[in-house]
Amino acid sequence: MFGIKADWSLEVFERYFTLDDYGAGGDVRWCSGCGDFAILNTVHRVLRDAQVPPEKSVAVSGIGCSSRMPHYMGTYGLHGLHGRALPLANGIKSRRPDLDVWVATGDGDCFSIGAGPWLHTLHLNMDMVILVFDNGIYGLTKKQTSPTTEQGTKTNTHPHGAILPPLNPLTITLGITNISFVAQVVDWNPPLLFETIKAAHQHRGTSFVRVLQRCPVFSEEFTKPLQDNPDRFTLLEHEDGVTIDDNVQRLFHNVVEHDPKDWLGAMKYARDQENIPLGILFKDPDAIVYEDHSSEGVGMTNEEKIAGLNAAFDKFSI
Amino acid sequence: MNDQVTIPKELPLQEPQQIEEHIVEIVSDSGEGAQKCGQTFGAIGGKMGNGIWTVEIIPAEIQPPARTPAGGSGNRIRVGSKIMTNMGNEADLVVGFNEQVLYARIANGAYKEGTIVLLENKWANDPQEKIRDEYAFAVAEFKKNGLIVHELPMEEECLKIVNNARKGKNMFVLGMLCRIYNRDPELGLNEIYKTFKYKGDKVIKPNKDLFNSGYEFAKNNLEYFYDIPPYEGSQDDLERIIVTNGNTSLGLGVMASGMEMLSMYPITPATSSSHYVAEVFQDVGGFVHQAEDEIAAIGFAIGASYAGKTACTITSGPGMALKTEMIGLAVMGEIPLVIVDVQRGGPSTGLPTKVEQSDLLASLYGEPGDAPKIVIAAATIPECFEFVIMARKLAEEFRTPVIMLTDANLATGVQPWLKPDIKEEWFSAPIDQSPWDKNVPAYDWDENTGLSPRPIPGQPDGMYVLTGLSHTERSKVSYNSETNQITSQHRSRKIAALQSTLKPPVIHGVNSQEEEGDLLVVAWGSTIGAIEEAVDNLRAEGHKIASLHLRFLSPLEPGLKDIFSRYKKVMTVEINYSDEPDAPMITSENRRYAQLANVLRAQFIVDVDCWSVVYGHPLQPGLVTDELSKRLDAMNA
Repeated sequence: MFGIKADWSLEVFERYFTLDDYGAGGDVRWCSGCGDFAILNTVHRVLRDAQVPPEKSVAVSGIGCSSRMPHYMGTYGLHGLHGRALPLANGIKSRRPDLDVWVATGDGDCFSIGAGPWLHTLHLNMDMVILVFDNGIYGLTKKQTSPTTEQGTKTNTHPHGAILPPLNPLTITLGITNISFVAQVVDWNPPLLFETIKAAHQHRGTSFVRVLQRCPVFSEEFTKPLQDNPDRFTLLEHEDGVTIDDNVQRLFHNVVEHDPKDWLGAMKYARDQENIPLGILFKDPDAIVYEDHSSEGVGMTNEEKIAGLNAAFDKFSI
Repeated sequence: MNDQVTIPKELPLQEPQQIEEHIVEIVSDSGEGAQKCGQTFGAIGGKMGNGIWTVEIIPAEIQPPARTPAGGSGNRIRVGSKIMTNMGNEADLVVGFNEQVLYARIANGAYKEGTIVLLENKWANDPQEKIRDEYAFAVAEFKKNGLIVHELPMEEECLKIVNNARKGKNMFVLGMLCRIYNRDPELGLNEIYKTFKYKGDKVIKPNKDLFNSGYEFAKNNLEYFYDIPPYEGSQDDLERIIVTNGNTSLGLGVMASGMEMLSMYPITPATSSSHYVAEVFQDVGGFVHQAEDEIAAIGFAIGASYAGKTACTITSGPGMALKTEMIGLAVMGEIPLVIVDVQRGGPSTGLPTKVEQSDLLASLYGEPGDAPKIVIAAATIPECFEFVIMARKLAEEFRTPVIMLTDANLATGVQPWLKPDIKEEWFSAPIDQSPWDKNVPAYDWDENTGLSPRPIPGQPDGMYVLTGLSHTERSKVSYNSETNQITSQHRSRKIAALQSTLKPPVIHGVNSQEEEGDLLVVAWGSTIGAIEEAVDNLRAEGHKIASLHLRFLSPLEPGLKDIFSRYKKVMTVEINYSDEPDAPMITSENRRYAQLANVLRAQFIVDVDCWSVVYGHPLQPGLVTDELSKRLDAMNA
């Protein structure tokens, strides 16, 4: 159906999609200075570059600031329930592997109320991109502690400071069997954000991308020290990961070669709280992709179905 | 000890005694094969043209302790010369592998004075004194209570053929039963072959020997010899008869409905349905997804449905509780979806393996916020099949989730029914991927019916964002008060639109649908057989009683108000909890009614009474007859 035509002639685009085709038009209602804008624009660019027909793409989300993203997309969208974006996304993909699926979620939506689906979705490894908009705080419900809130941060639920050290989503993710793509990036470096999300989109399997994201209203202290000090980061570079142009390289002083096939190395970087890794930590193109199984039989003819059903009934004849 | 053994020495050959029906139970410890024996005995009856109803006796644990009342496992088979619709009253003949497992059945009221008990006698000589005493005590007690106990050396007979009687005693018992009920032994031997054919002759032969030995043993030692003639017309049905339980029939319905995705999480008593589908779904191009939890199971199904492939999730009460938020999303976003609730006893973990009809109100009203949806209830094992096909079509036509209620009684009840002619129209049409008319919004609600067509991802120009937030016809988030009022009205209107297409229910028992009477029994779900049998009994005694059985619960079937007005009294019979009106503390201001009674009272402002119990087992026609008889007497007094 897709790709090279039977007569080997050059495929001429009948439709060419511009950035506008991937936006919904109308207002985007995030706060001014919010990191979500950068993520949204990057997704539009990645889709435009890939020329994915907007009707073939579905943006799925849960509940939270991040989860408004489908409303700002010109694609199909499913704005679901708190913590439950991932089962919805998996279900969409299960019998429609032809659809291009994106998930927008947040640190509360994914790592807290959605923790169960988070682990099991990565295990299923269906072909989609999961973007976690991680600002270390509950924004939409107004400043409650999230699993990634820094210890000591004063929130409305912990006015004397968050009691526990934050959960590390990278080590958790890397620990899941059949994981196939783990990346971390910041929203305030557009070229790096673009390269990372593009790589996630091109990867076949569940691409988990944690985006450290600015919330200027509730958690400036989460990202401000990082914005101010690029030396807190270790940039992971590899020809099979993200390749970074000189302008970006200049910003980061710690740049290391890391082969995304190296799981143990990935775990080492993921655990490092002092030198926060950016780029692709892990990639396994050979992991089992669940829709290869769940979509079996799509398109079976009615004749075949009737024959199958008759055979099923006959097993109960006496 | 030996003087307790009551085997007649020599029995003359005799003609079998003709009987209309018998209820037979086979009960053993878990793992001794009583269930297989019972199923096979039922299948043989079906082949001989009998009406059959089988109920599994299931312990809640996988390997409960041996020789305990809670551990009893087996089968009840009602076999007769008419088509059977329920499990009947007390058993006529019971085979017990030990005496302890029978206690739970006695506590359930499964036996009566005169029930024949064929009991394994090896316990009389058990090396442990405790067991010998328990056995002797039980036998004496059984006899005192009027059971006719025959202590039989089944183990001893089996050991003549195999080293371990635990494996194989069930086939010995099958042989005994085939003789007692004058079944064609060839049919029994064929079933044994079918069961063990992949295990080879090493397994087939001893099992056949055990069967023959049981058959001969009964012939030479037991006075019981019955014949249950086939029902009229059974020969015509025989070609098309299939035998399944309700969960299998539900699974067949999922496959026949054209749904390609069954997304589930294990829960008793629903799971065996998914087991069955998992085994054969690939033959009709479908897939069973086992999710990480109940919420993810329905979420996955909603995702598939949203993408155009209407899906199904099958669960039971606790699973329904977990799914409520997702059901709300499906109602709000108008996503077609089939949710099957195989009801068990509740609340909470309740009685996982036992039957109740306690999820009606939760199905109707379980979601916070107003969440109108279609709720239907299958009453019979064939309906477990048919209703899934209907549910998928309704879900798509009305763009709504459909809750289909069955229960543990249907799930595990086994009945012969006729294989349907499979129709292509049952399957869903291929999903529409043609361009959507840009001018038509994603929710183009018809003002009168609330109905609207649905864009499917992949359709150019149909792009919209489905949201659980209040939304406009273009699915834009809207906190506007007018929008919320109007869209609530549209979602509700769909239910009324469906009702306008339904026919009034058929009243059972009456000579004419217009007939007037004293008492009308209204019910729903798996109780149909027991209630209709009770109504037939009472009408035969001259009572002006009738019953009707609702299949649609949201919307209710039309015409009920008219029908109710023709009876002096209307009451429901259900298996969920209700207060007895004369119980301590209970007044007319605080009495809690059975669930359907509650719904009918609220809807029709009619003083609908109820009788309901939560014993965990299916209703017995005799019990229902007695209760209804009391009401009729009170009315006539």
